[in-house]
Amino acid sequence: MATSLPRDAALAGKTDPGARGLRFVPLLTLLVLIGPVVAGVFGTIAPAFGLFPALTGAAPGMGGFDALFAWPGFSRAVWTSVTTGLVSAALSLAIVIAITAAWQGSPAFRAVERFLSPLLAVPHAAAAFGLAFLIAPSGWIMRIFSPWATGFEQPPDWLVINDPGGLALIAGLVAKETPFLMLMTIAALSQADAARSMVVARGLGYWRGSAWLLVVFPRVYRQIRLPVYVVIAYAMTVVDTATILGPTTPPTLSVQLVRWMNDPDLSLRTVAAAAALIQLWLVLAALALWRMGEMAAARLGCRWAEAGWRGPRLGFLRPGTILLAFVSSGAIFLGLLVLALWSVAGLWSFPDAFPGGVSIRSWARHGPELLSTVIDTVAIAGAASVIAIILVIGCLEAEQRYGLTVTSRGLWLLYLPLLVPQIAFLPGLQTAMLLARTPPHIAAVIGVHVVFVVPYVFLSFGDAFRAWDRRYGVAASALGAGPDAALWRVRLPMLLAPALTALAVGFAVSVGQFLPTLLVGGGRITTLTTEAVALASGGDRRTIAVYALAQTATALLPFALALGLPRLLWANRRGLRHD
Amino acid sequence: MLARITATLTLALLPFSASAETDPADWDAVQSAAEGQTVFWHAWGGSTTTNDFIAWVGSRVSEDYGVTLKHVKLSDTAEAVSRVVAEKSAGVTEGGAVDMIWINGENFASMKESDLLFGPFAEALPNWSLVDLSKPVTVDFTVPTDGLESPWAAAQVVFMYDSADVPEPPQSMAELLAWAEANPGRVTLPQPPDFLGATFLKQALYGVVDDPSVLLAPVSEADYRAVTTPLWDYMDALTPALWRGGRAYPQSGPRQIQLLADDEIDIAISFSPGEASTAIANFELPDTIRTFVLDSGTIGNASFVAIPFNANAKEGAMVVANFLLSPEAQARALDPEVLGYGTVLDLEKLSPEERASFESTDLGIATLSPDELGPALAEPHPTWMVEVEKDWTERFGVAE
Repeated sequence: MATSLPRDAALAGKTDPGARGLRFVPLLTLLVLIGPVVAGVFGTIAPAFGLFPALTGAAPGMGGFDALFAWPGFSRAVWTSVTTGLVSAALSLAIVIAITAAWQGSPAFRAVERFLSPLLAVPHAAAAFGLAFLIAPSGWIMRIFSPWATGFEQPPDWLVINDPGGLALIAGLVAKETPFLMLMTIAALSQADAARSMVVARGLGYWRGSAWLLVVFPRVYRQIRLPVYVVIAYAMTVVDTATILGPTTPPTLSVQLVRWMNDPDLSLRTVAAAAALIQLWLVLAALALWRMGEMAAARLGCRWAEAGWRGPRLGFLRPGTILLAFVSSGAIFLGLLVLALWSVAGLWSFPDAFPGGVSIRSWARHGPELLSTVIDTVAIAGAASVIAIILVIGCLEAEQRYGLTVTSRGLWLLYLPLLVPQIAFLPGLQTAMLLARTPPHIAAVIGVHVVFVVPYVFLSFGDAFRAWDRRYGVAASALGAGPDAALWRVRLPMLLAPALTALAVGFAVSVGQFLPTLLVGGGRITTLTTEAVALASGGDRRTIAVYALAQTATALLPFALALGLPRLLWANRRGLRHD
Repeated sequence: MLARITATLTLALLPFSASAETDPADWDAVQSAAEGQTVFWHAWGGSTTTNDFIAWVGSRVSEDYGVTLKHVKLSDTAEAVSRVVAEKSAGVTEGGAVDMIWINGENFASMKESDLLFGPFAEALPNWSLVDLSKPVTVDFTVPTDGLESPWAAAQVVFMYDSADVPEPPQSMAELLAWAEANPGRVTLPQPPDFLGATFLKQALYGVVDDPSVLLAPVSEADYRAVTTPLWDYMDALTPALWRGGRAYPQSGPRQIQLLADDEIDIAISFSPGEASTAIANFELPDTIRTFVLDSGTIGNASFVAIPFNANAKEGAMVVANFLLSPEAQARALDPEVLGYGTVLDLEKLSPEERASFESTDLGIATLSPDELGPALAEPHPTWMVEVEKDWTERFGVAE
């Protein structure tokens, strides 16, 4: 006792400069997240009202909006943007609810979880290519069944990909968004006290599905509401997936917007800016509509609970829900497989089920260039995810030491870069960076990636960090460790597994970024994603396949490391492996 | 070696001290200023063969002139134009991101009109003396180039067809319509405003218009509605017989080639007589593909490179533009195993050895000889393309 007293006194009196800085990390993080969004939105608003000095003949006013409304495809483009966004989000959520309600707590549910997690890292563009190569009338499925089963010697003239109703786009989005919502739901379940509630509800005679919907779902949904909103905003404004799978006569508003941004007729940039603002407004309106749907669903749910109705016994549907998971994730796995086949294919004519010849020519041809692009991609993603996790750990530690808890309003700010459509603020950001005379530099690209990476890293790591048993911290202090030592020598090593997973999530998010890299990098900074989408306009499937696979591998590898490293490092500490 | 490194380092630092522009006429000064520069060439990156060719150009100019060439791959040339516009609006008048653009037609007309180009420089390039001036190298879609862009490849419209499915290819736009009606869903066009799709419309316009000479003047000088009515009648008849009934279109020329390879269509327009042979050599098309032209002739034009007014490495870009006009680069581009692009050089002006490398090139199984190709029709004035694209989009681009 006598020896510990002076030590405590010394600790209390010592002002640690590092710790003082820590207090400002949450503020710094918010600035990093919000600054670019706000600057970008203003940079977009100015040209929408004709304030664009380099344009000859664009007077200030509403000319951009007039031209936008006069575009003959306007109403259809708006309609497809809104419907594909809302329908794909609703379907993804419905699939997640169905699987979770039917299977939560069972071994099958853990299998689904393991099956879906790697899909999260598959970049959207690669998944879309795979799906397109799979379901087109001349795609792999048709090739396998032709001509012996279908009788087709030539591919049928069926409109499957790029259909005006956007069904192919919806399918592509659902396949990619279901794993995301599923993992968010699984994370939320751990805090929903699901197991005990289920025991009580089932004890009262409710069937598994009804019990889950009535007792667990409301608590889960409160936590996945923002991720659902992110999915809606993303699906309504996505550019790369919609370019590959979406309608073309006319395209969705976001795809058309990028075309206007890039049109040689410079006056169309005011139209693009006006479309960006309309796009922003549409997202807000769709979210408001969704919110009303939430309230209606809540009222119905309450009435159901009050009525005491035990609900229909739908146990026979359980296998069907597994099928849903299997189809949506199987499409991506098969898509990746067909990409792999194309990457080594010689001539591969319809209706051959497999390529006529196999060669590594495509890989050899693109190898050297591919390698340098992989290095750039890894450098950007590595830097962005490391910066992000430092900020996130700083925020979480500050939250605990100074009680700077993230309120629900703070959480909204965290999600802001994901909720404001990229297309609404990145063009403006490009202009703002030019005005600030910032040349396209890898640092700027990393900076913009951090904006999109931080929210995901925060979501991925926050719960694990907060769930850490603080008694370890107390024990560390009792042994004489200051707060910094407790963080570095006890807490973070114990949280190695979730920290690495968060890094891997951040890495995958960065690898998948298309518009930020394209617009902020000024075309000089290329990553696997910008290369793959640029090649998409070309259409040599072998080249697309090589780049899409390289992109997928780059995003997936860190996940493998995140799984493997803790097992290696903590081979003799089972409790620290988090498996 | 050490001296060379020191020299390179010194030169690399030079741009900071001397921002004065080099006169294109003083070629020695251009070459010495170019050494050590990095040229960012913004060029469409959708084709593996062109990308490989540009990489080869990069290795050659690095060897001979110490110029580092970086290919910025665009999915649409207009991306580079918007970049330069954004820089101008932000007052970036030097040290811009774009050093050179692969350009022609509408993009060139738009940049020229907005004073976004450096030059004139093209006619000061040493290899300009080898250029065949009877080819469309001084007018780009009827707009005079005024030395603001330098040609590097000649192109002419051909149609690719699968000889296994089409024994007798059509010889005119009217015959193409009749064939499409007999074989619905087996032909398409890249969706305008893709330049190749727009070219299809212009080719169709040439096929139905009474007096083609009106197309060479700006559209404002003609009775647009009267001239184009037969075109829209033609497209109204053709569209229901197109692939997917005209409810979806391939988004680019290469995507259209993929449809040909998948046997989804049998006839496809192309702007490069050697493209089919090159694709066959790369396993991208079956070896039953051949090409044909129309009896009344097909549209021809040239590809150019231009340098933005605020380019960071203007001298380096000029050196690359000049290298693209060298017999070595032009002969390599002609080879269907490499690129299959037509040359802009006048073979008469070359030395016998240089000429031999062109004449010995096997043009490939699907490529027509220069005689079979026939004379090229001039590109209509770019204003026609703008109006026709807009009109097409209103009539067919937003169809249910």
